[in-house]
Amino acid sequence: MDSQSIATTPQELDGVDLPHPHEHPAYMRHHFEDIGQQREAANFGMWVFLLTEIMFFGGLFCAYLIFRNWYHPAFVAGSNMMSITLGTTNTAVLIASSFTMAMAVYSAEMRRKGQLVLFLVLTILLGFVFLAIKGVEWTTEYQEQHAPGINFSIQDFVHPKNPKAIPLAPDMAEKTQLFFFMYFVMTGMHALHMIIGIGILFFLVARASKGAFTEGHVMPIENFGLYWHFVDIIWIFLFPLLYLISRYR
Amino acid sequence: MTEKTKETHQDSEFHVVKPPVYLAIFFSLLVLTAATTAISYIDLGVFNAVIALAIACLKASLVVLFFMHIHYSSRLLKLTVAAGLFTFMLLISLTMTDYISRAWGMF
Repeated sequence: MDSQSIATTPQELDGVDLPHPHEHPAYMRHHFEDIGQQREAANFGMWVFLLTEIMFFGGLFCAYLIFRNWYHPAFVAGSNMMSITLGTTNTAVLIASSFTMAMAVYSAEMRRKGQLVLFLVLTILLGFVFLAIKGVEWTTEYQEQHAPGINFSIQDFVHPKNPKAIPLAPDMAEKTQLFFFMYFVMTGMHALHMIIGIGILFFLVARASKGAFTEGHVMPIENFGLYWHFVDIIWIFLFPLLYLISRYR
Repeated sequence: MTEKTKETHQDSEFHVVKPPVYLAIFFSLLVLTAATTAISYIDLGVFNAVIALAIACLKASLVVLFFMHIHYSSRLLKLTVAAGLFTFMLLISLTMTDYISRAWGMF
């Protein structure tokens, strides 16, 4: 008996095992007509949450759009400081983790427990690889004195080390601090979402290895898959906007 | 509604997407990532940003349609995603009308 049936059984019938008047899987809640409706409602709810997340990141993207238009040379200089190797690698890692997550959903639907646990663990590993590379990038920015508010220095932009780079006037060079501010906030928010996702993944792996998701109850894996793909989509937009501004210089 | 019609109704909604589809989308995404990085090294003026965003939108559509199963979903879910994108467009466009129309000397 689940908590719902325990709470709704009258006291005189407590402990009596009544036959259930209608057939449905054990994980179907009674306020749904059938299991298809429950799946649809769960998916819909998850999507509405993801839409609120789009609006949340949308504010950051809007701010980025405005600052990039106002201080374009500063943004070009800042973006060219980013490591394109690490950025592209991170993008590939995250796309691969989306693939393993989709395969995890498939494994749950095909009721293969071992495969499901494998793909969830692979997604966790790829998530950690992404965060590790991000950590390396952030440390590099801090060491190069590009951390706004902490140790930001405009020397790299007024007297660039790269002979092909165009030096900026000091007032425009000050605006590169805005680029790095947007960079740290946007990738930081994204990384926070990933950390939360990885935390939930650990929990899902624990439950999946006990067989909770390979008997037809695929919903938690499916809905977490939606969240994980969403985090991937955010990075798909962050990557060109932060790393690929006027790279031909 | 009999039990039988309920059975077939919920079976037809439940579409399992096969791994070859996922693999194809995965490789397309990797190819598009390489393309967007390569194109950023070519000077196309203002079109660099346009093409970069276009490729990003294409990648996002592939993820939404196939990894997130919207291609195989009901109209309700398709409409939900469209509504979200519409609201996001409102956020950007109405905010920009404010910035562009006030003579702050920046645009």
